[in-house]
Amino acid sequence: MTYTRDQVVLDRLAQAARQGSISRRSFMNAAIAAGVTASAATGLWTTSAKAMPKRGGTYRVAQHDGNTSDQHDPGKYQSNYEISMTHTFRSYLTMINADGTLGGDLATDWSATPDAREWTFKLNSAATFHSGAKVTATDVLASMNHHRGEQSTSAAKSLLESVEDIVDNGDGSVTFKLGAPNADLPWIMPDYHLPIVPANADGTANWQSGDGSGPYRLVENEFGVSSRFVRHEGWHGEGAYFDEVVFLAINDPNARQTALVTGDVDACSLLENKTLALLGRDPNIEVDNISSAQCITMPMHVDVAPFDNNDVRMALKLSINREELIEKITFGAATIGNDFHHSPAMPYFPSEIPQREYDPDKAKWHLQQAGMENLEVSFSTADSITTGAVDAAILYAEHAKAAGITINVVREPNDGYWSDVWLVKPWCMVTWGARPTPDVMYTLAYKDDAAWNESHWKNPEFNKLLLQAKAELDDAKRAQMYHDMGMLARDDGGTVIPYFPNFVYGRRSNVKHVGQLSPAWQMDGYRHASRWWFDG
Amino acid sequence: MFVIVYFAALLVGSSVAAYFNQRTPFLLLFTLTLVSMVLGIVGGRGALEMVAIGAGVLAAAAMVSYGFKEFLIQMAEGDAGAFLKGGSTLLTALAVFTALTLMSFWFGWGITEIFVGLIMLTLILAPLSPETAKELRTAPLTAAFGMFVIFIYAVLGIFAPWIAPSGEAEVITQAFAPADENLLLGADQLGRDMFSRIVYGARNSVGLAIVATLSAFILGALAGLLAATKGGWFDQFMGRFADVIMSIPSLIFSLLMLSIFGPEIHVIIIAVAIIYAPRVFRLTRAVAGNVVVMDYIEAAKLRGEGTWYLIRKEILPNSTAPLVAEFGLEFCFVFLLVAGLSFLGLGIQPPTADWGSMVRDNATLISFGDITPLIPAAAIALLTIAVNFVVDWMLFRSSGLKEN
Amino acid sequence: MGDIARLIGQRFGLGLIILLAISIIIFFMVELLPGDIAQAVLGQSATEDNLAALRKEMGLDKPAVVRYLAWLKDAVLFDFGNSVVTQEKVTTIIGDRFLNTLFLAAYAAVIAVPVSIALGVVVALLRNSIFDRVANVVTLSFISSPEFFLGYILILYFSVNWGLFPAIASISEGMNFLQLLERTFLPALTLVLVVMAHMMRMTRAAIINLLASPYIEMAKLKGTPPWRVIVSHALPNAWAPIINVIALNLAYLITGVVLVEVVFVYPGIGQALVDAVSKRDFPVVQACCLIFASTFILLNLAADIGAILTNPRLRHPK
Repeated sequence: MTYTRDQVVLDRLAQAARQGSISRRSFMNAAIAAGVTASAATGLWTTSAKAMPKRGGTYRVAQHDGNTSDQHDPGKYQSNYEISMTHTFRSYLTMINADGTLGGDLATDWSATPDAREWTFKLNSAATFHSGAKVTATDVLASMNHHRGEQSTSAAKSLLESVEDIVDNGDGSVTFKLGAPNADLPWIMPDYHLPIVPANADGTANWQSGDGSGPYRLVENEFGVSSRFVRHEGWHGEGAYFDEVVFLAINDPNARQTALVTGDVDACSLLENKTLALLGRDPNIEVDNISSAQCITMPMHVDVAPFDNNDVRMALKLSINREELIEKITFGAATIGNDFHHSPAMPYFPSEIPQREYDPDKAKWHLQQAGMENLEVSFSTADSITTGAVDAAILYAEHAKAAGITINVVREPNDGYWSDVWLVKPWCMVTWGARPTPDVMYTLAYKDDAAWNESHWKNPEFNKLLLQAKAELDDAKRAQMYHDMGMLARDDGGTVIPYFPNFVYGRRSNVKHVGQLSPAWQMDGYRHASRWWFDG
Repeated sequence: MFVIVYFAALLVGSSVAAYFNQRTPFLLLFTLTLVSMVLGIVGGRGALEMVAIGAGVLAAAAMVSYGFKEFLIQMAEGDAGAFLKGGSTLLTALAVFTALTLMSFWFGWGITEIFVGLIMLTLILAPLSPETAKELRTAPLTAAFGMFVIFIYAVLGIFAPWIAPSGEAEVITQAFAPADENLLLGADQLGRDMFSRIVYGARNSVGLAIVATLSAFILGALAGLLAATKGGWFDQFMGRFADVIMSIPSLIFSLLMLSIFGPEIHVIIIAVAIIYAPRVFRLTRAVAGNVVVMDYIEAAKLRGEGTWYLIRKEILPNSTAPLVAEFGLEFCFVFLLVAGLSFLGLGIQPPTADWGSMVRDNATLISFGDITPLIPAAAIALLTIAVNFVVDWMLFRSSGLKEN
Repeated sequence: MGDIARLIGQRFGLGLIILLAISIIIFFMVELLPGDIAQAVLGQSATEDNLAALRKEMGLDKPAVVRYLAWLKDAVLFDFGNSVVTQEKVTTIIGDRFLNTLFLAAYAAVIAVPVSIALGVVVALLRNSIFDRVANVVTLSFISSPEFFLGYILILYFSVNWGLFPAIASISEGMNFLQLLERTFLPALTLVLVVMAHMMRMTRAAIINLLASPYIEMAKLKGTPPWRVIVSHALPNAWAPIINVIALNLAYLITGVVLVEVVFVYPGIGQALVDAVSKRDFPVVQACCLIFASTFILLNLAADIGAILTNPRLRHPK
């Protein structure tokens, strides 16, 4: 690195900061990487940044997916309302920054042994619960053990499967001991199931009290209706600009939108893509459209006829017009898929793999190879999977007609879809939340012995690479491994991947953010309450 | 220029009416003139054009209805239905029709379409005779309008594949493409022809609603009449049984039924029939209950007439009016329930066109003044109004009032 | 009046049996639903071990009949138990929500019932006039669009375009009565429009049905003015079907408003019931259904008593 190049980087950074398109955290990281000391970088930030976040105000949010049956047990978190809440009043060991990098929350620092079998997290000594008690290693142990062991009912149990032991080192740090190497353990910690809650005297987790160490303290709450928070003055992080935060559970997309238009709320999660263009014309409203690692998948059971024939799988992968799907179903708010479950929003994305195009003629050729011209298959879907899920399936069926394939779209009831259709019907539509790294995603749903190996795909080479990549701390080598795995899944795997839907949400124009938004969840990775502020 | 012609036409019209001593048209035209003046001042030319178009549409509707009525009367006087007479009563035709519709639902629309068409034709022709011509003359214009709309919907439904310019699920253009000479009503969210989907919807939605409402009525009215006539424990039992079904909210009940038995068409029909039958039952029971205590029923009972005779000859004719009125309303409630079901992902399977689901699919667009969801909603509203106009006329006739 | 007291007593007894029947039907229908509570609570990310552990924790490993009887034993003593999912008491979950639902229903009924009966009488008087047609077309158009769509249209005009009423009917403790009325005006108006047509048309039909009766002809021949014929001769005898339809619609205002609650974000009981069904939260589903059933039974009883009071012939079955 030459001095001039660093200077150019710094100039660009300063300009980005002035335009408010970069967060302070990413600014600091980049500036330090360019060779500036931390204190100099802080000075640079304050002089460059035009508008410093202002404090104050009551921030009202229309949040979707709020249910009467929501609750506080992190192991049973499922709805978006719960996830939005937990990021507001609880905190995690690590978090996904606005620019998509990994940062510390309760942990200030973390490191692994060279074999990636032991990870040590150093806790922030300034962190306190709303009750005033310090956050200690005991609390971390209790919170993590809540998801482990025979008796655990937590949905995050499988995430921590490889953790054999967690040790309190007595110096304000904890060590995770793993049965198998895992270079990505710190990336698992921001999973919404894993907040740190206070420990009871007997070492169990006290999730019932609703106490947490997050930026805001929960003062009033009625699940399925509304929640009110006030700022936690002793919060260990930076941000939490609002004095008070109010969540309203609004499940109807039209009601959320109207509330935003009339100014009854300041921000609103999950807007309907259909109305985006119309909403964008309102000068009082800003729409955030963030590409993400969420994914729509269409897994075929590769051990069931006719999907056991790779020519059939290829034919189906070739007979979907992804561009038209993105244009008509998501109204452009999606990133195109390429039949391997690795989004451009994840690290190590192999961008040189060629994009698969709609090619009915080639699909026909594959069907001839398989001896299955005039293929007829059933495809299950349901309205609740994603906006326009059923429409997407119908459009796909229309595309496939050109290749002589008849797809019978079956609309299943929303209710019970995950227990009766997913993993049961040989070909169905699935939605996956954003996972932070390709390793987490592949381990969950593509590893041969994974409980959710939704396509029953068992490719020995893919699985060998997956295990190797877990233990590999060299980035370049890892990237090459993920490239090879992507190619295998794309050309042999059982999953059609049409697109990665964007996160689309809105706010009134007087609500500001740094210009970069986390791709982990809706609403800046659901850290909007601590990262956004009112301007004027 | 437009304004001058407009007012001139109105004034000339009202003067002509006044000259010929036609009170109603004069009042109508003159009121229109006055209203137009006020509106013209407040809303300018745009508002006047709206009024003109509205009046034009109404006049056209009235003329079409009048023409259709005259047509029916001519047909009736020519005794067009004569060759169908001879034993076959309206009731058996209805029964055959119901059975055929049910079958075509279960076995897909194939050759049965032709049967349904034939039955419909019979239904229209059979009652046409010189006697009904007299009745028809008394029909108000609104009833004629209702009959005309129902006739058009029936034609649309039966001949949908020949009328619709493109297929039910065929994607032919961009999403929300505007209307032009090829796309009469524009395109929907996937770029399918809205007009074709409305036409196919006439077949699917109306067919489903008719079958389900008829089943509910046959079940409910029969049980109600029996309960009223028999009385005693049977009455009590049926009453409480109806209470049990009615006390479970309909949306929840259908959610449970359809989740358990799968969202098939016949399950929807049965679920809807079970949900609505108790409502019909209660009403029939109440109306027939009032009739049963009449003296002439007592007399018939003393004569030793059987239950079935009592129901058919004495009670039913005296309680049809409220039942007919109820039919008109329940018919459109069924549309709405099916739309509500698709809200829960349980309605008619896509890509089958169904008006209720079509409203729901694009409902949020209404908040931005986009009319896409209004088109299927208007289709439902028009049919509901038409059915109820006819029902009103029949109600009026059966009440035996001969005034006006 | 003794016979009416006996009727009430009899009906209460029957009502209890109906409630029992409903609780059995609902319990086993929820049992028959595909998937189970554990699956619904943990969702897509559940594994077999999780599910087994959770089922055990929730006591789902016992046979269905045993669980039903255990529930019934407590329910008889008015203890509806705790939600299986959140462990909260059922009464705390639905208590406030039920009051909200009652409030909205009462608000809508107070407007809808008098207006539609009055309209029905006027329309019967002016039958086949322009006024009759217009009232018909307008009310029919309202009920023929799905109610959530009607709600959207009202929101578009009353709150987005004209800014007269709030689009969200979220209510809180500290509001006074007038604020409450303003906040909940749009949902109440939607409900009024939805139920009005039915009641109005039934009133009209019932009255017209009687107009050809000999005693009405008699009154007319005596020279009684038409409005008096209808109000003092026809209406009293037309009450039975009218009261029935009113009872039906009142019950609908309480039990059938899920979609209106969703559209206007009103914290009523319907939303709680739908959530509970999707999570298979049996005690909450059961409690909600029993509340609805009781409402129905009471309203029907009221309708029957009303019918008897207005037609003395029914009081002495021969």
